[in-house]
Amino acid sequence: MSVEKTYAEINAKIKEGLAVVVTAEELIALVAEKGLSKAAQEVDVVTTGTFAPMCSSGAFLSLGHTKPRMKMQKVWLNGVGAYTGIAAVDAYIGAAELPEDDPLNSNYPGEFRYGGGHVIQDLVARKPIKLKALGYGTDCYPRRNLETTITLDEMNEAILFNPRNAYQNYNCAVNLTDRTVYTYMGMLKPHLGNANFSTSGQLSPLLKDPYFKTIGVGTKIFLGGGVGYVAWNGTQHFPSMMSDSSQELGGAGGTLAVMGDLKQMSPRWLVGTSFLGYGATLSVGIGVPIPILNEEIARYAAKTDEELFAPIVDYGEAYPAFTPGNLGYVSYADLKSGKIQVNGKEIISAPLSSMPRAREIAATLKSWIQKGEFLLTEPVKSLPSPSDGIIAHSIKED
Amino acid sequence: MSPKRIVLRFGTDISVKPIIYRLVKDYDLVVNIVKADVNPQKEGTMVLEVIGDQSEDGLNYLRNLGVSVQDLNQGIVRNEEKCVMCGACTGICPTGALYMERPSMEVRFDGDQCIVCLLCTKVCPMRAMEVHL
Repeated sequence: MSVEKTYAEINAKIKEGLAVVVTAEELIALVAEKGLSKAAQEVDVVTTGTFAPMCSSGAFLSLGHTKPRMKMQKVWLNGVGAYTGIAAVDAYIGAAELPEDDPLNSNYPGEFRYGGGHVIQDLVARKPIKLKALGYGTDCYPRRNLETTITLDEMNEAILFNPRNAYQNYNCAVNLTDRTVYTYMGMLKPHLGNANFSTSGQLSPLLKDPYFKTIGVGTKIFLGGGVGYVAWNGTQHFPSMMSDSSQELGGAGGTLAVMGDLKQMSPRWLVGTSFLGYGATLSVGIGVPIPILNEEIARYAAKTDEELFAPIVDYGEAYPAFTPGNLGYVSYADLKSGKIQVNGKEIISAPLSSMPRAREIAATLKSWIQKGEFLLTEPVKSLPSPSDGIIAHSIKED
Repeated sequence: MSPKRIVLRFGTDISVKPIIYRLVKDYDLVVNIVKADVNPQKEGTMVLEVIGDQSEDGLNYLRNLGVSVQDLNQGIVRNEEKCVMCGACTGICPTGALYMERPSMEVRFDGDQCIVCLLCTKVCPMRAMEVHL
């Protein structure tokens, strides 16, 4: 008899301290030991985790009013510009923003040692931040200049809002050209010198719910060390199921927009990150709980690194030229082994996504749920799934 | 006798001199050049393994010429606070000094294997690999 559970039933068990919560890796072991049906009956919640660079991240900051008042037209935090095209003292600091005096790639490859992601980490680390602002002066907001220091706790609101995080799956990046390239997938040596990948595989949130049966708008999550929510689908949300001669190779292209109160997050889980020759960004820790409502959900949550694949893409020429296609698929089991085969050549593979940190997130979320501190939320709206057939657009030039 | 692993750093004046020849000929040392970056117009670095009874005398000869002589594994240090164990360094480290333990996927650093090529200090996304002189 197949099992059916509801969010209400699972939350009742969590409140009583009776819910069975396992990490996605523990579920895999359990399914191997007891079989899928038994595991689906026993387990109430599976926790996932990922910790990796996620460029489409940032924070809305409401800085507080000055005396006299000021409509801030330009704002810099530790020299990094924040977007101010919103109300007077509100600003959005983006993870990939760079200081105006950064040499960028003029001394190629540029180092990008400090950017918006580092500002966000310094903010949550409660470091004082240099705030500089310029205004043009209005009758209601006359002030034109401000230079001071500010801390996170002095701000009225600080809301992490990341328009695209938790990419379901990602390319395994290689380089077929004869020169080293410096990309957002790291340094790639010529002639298939190395391969980089950036997904936690069998622990990755959206790989464990590829049809978006449980993850939707309003899903409560682990975000940056605190609690956050899925706000919407992420930008460039193109959910699909990869397949090869009728065998499923795992989800691809789904993303999440997530948000939460930055003040309750931690610098351990929001880490400023620099990619040589590319830019600055933010590494974000995200964990999503998956309620095991039925056996179908358990089956996908129990997918292993051997069953999940990444497309291999040439970042030397094909990616920058926007040439479609790939060099084949490689399993996460192979990627994590440290050696993969591409075009008949054995090459070193290295992750950009931390597996130890992903495990720590899944374990932390598990303990929150076990302690009854963290209840599951039923989505108020489903996210587009592979069956919606969303097509990606590219810019048409005149 | 196990080899002494050292890093040499020297200016353009030394680059044109046959210093390794002198170590072999005058001090009877067995020298293995692990890595060398020597150009006539630039400062140079060299990583050596040296075996021989007169190795201290040989190194003093280098020091007297103005060559900086340093024990190898003092050069690069991992900042444990900053490292998130992503593993990005493990794909580019030429000697496997930075490697992943499996299945834990934790990143380890074996200073004895490090040749101070400095690639990790640039490639580490968290800038957790630091040069300590």
